[in-house]
Amino acid sequence: MSGDTTGPAPLGTSTRFGGPAGAGAPWCDRCGTPADEEDHTACRAARQLEPPRYCGHCRRRMKVQVLPVGWAAVCVEHGETRA
Amino acid sequence: MPEILDQARTQVLENGVGLDEAGVLAVLNLPDEHLPAALQLAHEVRMRWCGPEVEVEGIVSLKTGGCPEDCHFCSQSGLFTSPVRAVWLDIPSLVEAAKQTAKTGATEFCIVAAVRGPDDRLMRQLREGVAAIRAEVDIQVAASVGMLTQEQVDELVEMGVHRYNHNLETCRSYFPNVVTTHSWEERWETLRMVRESGMEVCCGGILGLGESVEQRAEFAAQLAELDPHEVPLNFLNPRPGTPLGDRSVVEGKDALRAIAAFRLAMPRTILRYAGGRELTLGDLGTRDGLLGGINAVIVGNYLTTLGRPATTDLELLQDLKMPVKALSETL
Repeated sequence: MSGDTTGPAPLGTSTRFGGPAGAGAPWCDRCGTPADEEDHTACRAARQLEPPRYCGHCRRRMKVQVLPVGWAAVCVEHGETRA
Repeated sequence: MPEILDQARTQVLENGVGLDEAGVLAVLNLPDEHLPAALQLAHEVRMRWCGPEVEVEGIVSLKTGGCPEDCHFCSQSGLFTSPVRAVWLDIPSLVEAAKQTAKTGATEFCIVAAVRGPDDRLMRQLREGVAAIRAEVDIQVAASVGMLTQEQVDELVEMGVHRYNHNLETCRSYFPNVVTTHSWEERWETLRMVRESGMEVCCGGILGLGESVEQRAEFAAQLAELDPHEVPLNFLNPRPGTPLGDRSVVEGKDALRAIAAFRLAMPRTILRYAGGRELTLGDLGTRDGLLGGINAVIVGNYLTTLGRPATTDLELLQDLKMPVKALSETL
């Protein structure tokens, strides 16, 4: 995961890929609460039809651009994630 | 056969005259066992007055979040504790989104902004974006940027925007329960100016905001009075942090009843599947709606949420032998 703090590039032009915060990430990327303290089954189901809103690594709210195909999410600390 | 469907067969299917509010209410109140007949009739009406083609559209958010309005269903209002942050899409990415949309066979690409109405910055961005898309992509450009002044309407026409979306969202009597920062009448005034400008009017709303069945019928009648070129039909997708975040989604059969009823109220309009159908109807219900009055779809993702892959919808249309409307037919 990138620790670059120079700031995210504009959405849609970045070549930085932070990668999704998958299993083991400390925060739920949908609701921003601790990933291991509550049941996030509903969050996982909802994420099938939603982009992430919180960075799974630091729980910061991300800037998210939904596109007709895919989405891009930028955490000011951890960079851009795309799908 | 219920009396209202007999009446609709003559009035709507044969004569092309939509049902009034009382007729729509009767359809909305049909018991489950008559729902298939209502959908079948709505499908026949759609085929008779609109034809088999399905209009495909993609949408994108040019300016997301930070909206000063308080539409209670919307995660983009800056007045709620929604996790959606403000973000602008740059022009190259906007053009790329239009290209992706055109690749699906879509003839419509709608540029949307979460605003009360456009300011100078947004109008400049829109002008630049529309020009860039028209120069590079073979697709019709629509816009949805809130309430407009007459000067802004004129400017959109001059840019080449051919259709303008401005949803009334719900019926007049229920609107104050959903939005308090502006009025239903203010929205109507924008729609009036858009119609007079020659742009096509796109106006629909969201079902499941807490409105009664009677208010759903009222809404259909008010839309029929407006007589828009297109009616996008959304079903509430409750968004975290919004005042309607804890509401239940519309029950599938009620959604299908509404599709049939809205088609019987507006036999000639483009009735489009918009947001929320994935939750409310799922795959089977989506198919039922396309065989029950729907003749247009938004493919791909929405503004802040994700949709089914465009290929899934296109395969369904192929399976149903419903051709995608070609660009040449829209010009």
